[in-house]
Amino acid sequence: MIEELIRDSLDHCVKCTICETHCPVARATPLFPGPKYVGPQAERFRAGDISPDDSLDYCSGCGICTHVCPQGVKVAEINSRARRILKENRGIPLRDKVIARPTLSAKLATPVAPVANWTLRNRPIRAAVEKTIRIHRRAPMPKFAGRTFQRWARRHPKPKLERSVVYFHGCSTNYFEPDLGAKTVAVLEHNGFNVIVPKGQDCCGLPLQSNGLFDDAAGYVKRLVSKLAPYAREGYDIVATSTSCGLMLKREAHEILGMDNEDLEVVSRRMYDICEFLCDLHERGELQTDFAPVPIEVPYHVPCQQRGHEMGKPALDLFRLIPELQVVDPQRACCGIAGTYGLKKEKYEIAMEVGRPLFEDIVAMDPELSVCDSETCRWQIEHGTQVRSVHPIELLHRSYGL
Amino acid sequence: MTDVVVIGAGTAGLAAALRCKQAGLDVTLLAKGVGSTHLAPGVVDVLGYDPEPVSNPSEALVGFIERNAEHPYAHIGFDAVARCMQWFTGLFDGHGYAGTLDENFLLPTAIGAAKPSALVPETMAAGDLRNGGRFLFVGLRQLKDFYPALAAQNVAKSKPPSGAEISARAVQIDPPTGGEADVTSMAFARRFDDDAEFLETVAKQIAAHLEDEEAVGVPAVLGVQRPHEIWTRMQESIGRPVFEIPGLPPSVPGVRLHDTLLGRFQSAGGRVVMGAEAVGVETDGNRVAAVRVSSAARIKPIGARHFVLATGGFGSGAIEMSSDWRVRENAFGLPVAGVPAEGEQRFSPQYFGRHPMAGAGIRVDDSLRPLDDAGIRLFENVTVAGASIAGAEAWREKSGEGISLSSGYKAASTAIEGAA
Repeated sequence: MIEELIRDSLDHCVKCTICETHCPVARATPLFPGPKYVGPQAERFRAGDISPDDSLDYCSGCGICTHVCPQGVKVAEINSRARRILKENRGIPLRDKVIARPTLSAKLATPVAPVANWTLRNRPIRAAVEKTIRIHRRAPMPKFAGRTFQRWARRHPKPKLERSVVYFHGCSTNYFEPDLGAKTVAVLEHNGFNVIVPKGQDCCGLPLQSNGLFDDAAGYVKRLVSKLAPYAREGYDIVATSTSCGLMLKREAHEILGMDNEDLEVVSRRMYDICEFLCDLHERGELQTDFAPVPIEVPYHVPCQQRGHEMGKPALDLFRLIPELQVVDPQRACCGIAGTYGLKKEKYEIAMEVGRPLFEDIVAMDPELSVCDSETCRWQIEHGTQVRSVHPIELLHRSYGL
Repeated sequence: MTDVVVIGAGTAGLAAALRCKQAGLDVTLLAKGVGSTHLAPGVVDVLGYDPEPVSNPSEALVGFIERNAEHPYAHIGFDAVARCMQWFTGLFDGHGYAGTLDENFLLPTAIGAAKPSALVPETMAAGDLRNGGRFLFVGLRQLKDFYPALAAQNVAKSKPPSGAEISARAVQIDPPTGGEADVTSMAFARRFDDDAEFLETVAKQIAAHLEDEEAVGVPAVLGVQRPHEIWTRMQESIGRPVFEIPGLPPSVPGVRLHDTLLGRFQSAGGRVVMGAEAVGVETDGNRVAAVRVSSAARIKPIGARHFVLATGGFGSGAIEMSSDWRVRENAFGLPVAGVPAEGEQRFSPQYFGRHPMAGAGIRVDDSLRPLDDAGIRLFENVTVAGASIAGAEAWREKSGEGISLSSGYKAASTAIEGAA
């Protein structure tokens, strides 16, 4: 049903080319002819399990085309679904299967984090990895924290507060940025929320979906929503700090994977991006506003997946509450990484070219740090600018003095 | 709760949002997607035909408003149109638009028709056909959306009212590209932005074809970010007046207009919610309390003190007619006026004829607040702008951008008064 709705939306395409003018990949490389061409146009030549056009694989899946389309054509969703068929036709490389399962490698690496981190930053090893499985030798890799957020959450003393909210932390918070999780909990507790961290949260399946492995992705979604759904059914809101994973459960698992699952539906309705959630609190006059000045100037980049929430830029409204904080939004399209796209040997240079205007803007500001809602984007921005990149929560946490 | 929510990010919505923001209001611009600017030629047509060609829009508008009491211009009023055009040209710091309301340029289109426009990007002004002249039309081999021979042949046939002589010819040059067979106008424009050497190479190729006293017409691809600089350098390099000719989508001059208006709005702290469709309203007596917005996973109410509806007409899908003759405006559910009665003719068999459906839209009063079928004001805190307003045949009158800008300006004025 949803598959048909998505595909049929192509009939609304009036060939206005608005998506083509906004596509960051088409700007960066002639290898990608643009979202309209590989989307609503080429879709008419695809029949069942045949996907004739290889240029589709250069789509990064950022979703900007759907976001800007004034006619409601689901360009990115059509392209994601077509890519799955293309990859099935051509065979899915081992590399894509590996990078699409972040929790698998993270579970192995966390107990031996120093060794794993050394390995990922060792040039000869990275050169060998590039040669064998085609992950680009300079592609940004996060550092394993060596401890998990789940472990921290289990030991964290629970204050007795009136309200409760569920925290979907995502795998990057669990394995790479547990401090972000702790700060999120602190900000929510400061606002009077008891934070519930459901156990056994695994990957949301988004990297698998991006790499065309739909069945495996749907398996991950199913397992994850089964952990979150009981809370949603009890009426708890769920917040996500990983904006792309939040979007996966809000919309993409349904629209791209075509999942019709009761757990997913109930979780979607309760799912909020953390900045959206805090902004809504403020709208109701329930947000603590005891913000201390943070006298710095920072660039804030809105990641593509955040835009997919179709909620504007709530982080900017939150930043306005912090005295003396100057935030500059360079209004650039994309940092280039698009999850796992920029890791791939044949796409690394394209991803860096996509991100170049943003990197140049940030470097020109010479800021203490830059801000972005998505983890893979933060890693890419740090790689492209050598400037530390943080989640918006970090600034709120700092301003609250927690 | 924000002061003003503007719905729609085309020319009318962008103008309304920017003006409200400049007045110091807290403004949220909501849009289902990017608006019609990307299809528009970037010129500002105010009134081109009434029904004869108009040479002085200021003069013509006064009579036009008297004779067409239900036309959007009659509700906007001449003064607001004039003030809006001054405000608009002032946005570009002198490097933007040429012209005034007192005369129409006659600029060649991509097929070489002479089209009347009041305000035109300065990069197009030298294509003015009113006083005749000699013109060289230059095509770029990889740009398949512009055929210089077609433009030149038709321009050579055009007869300006002054009776001045026009001659035109065409050449095709072969700019250095990456070997692609097909390069879009945006790709050329970005190349001009990023690569100074490319500009010099193109200028040299053009100069090799020049004859005496020719002005040089090129497709409108002279950069997205710095058109003034690129156009100036090209004129210096060639030593002749250069003018851009707007063409098929994506329209580079339209994108420049969009980027300028939206960029100004966002830099001033305007809030943009893109990809979110307005699907209804929550009302409180004769006021709209909130607009219901479809975003990922939920429909959310967004409250404001004033709302500007600038979602467009049939073209954008803001107004729809079903096969069983039911017409609706999708965002606010406002009544649609000017629709032929059931069973009557909706469209003329002549493509360029008068289509009865063309004037359908939302009826408004002189503050641009929406009216019902009986002429009673529906909401105190809503104004309507752009192609949503009933009573215009913009494509015949050549009045589209004029109506969009000045109704956006006026809809904002009503919002600003309400907020004071």
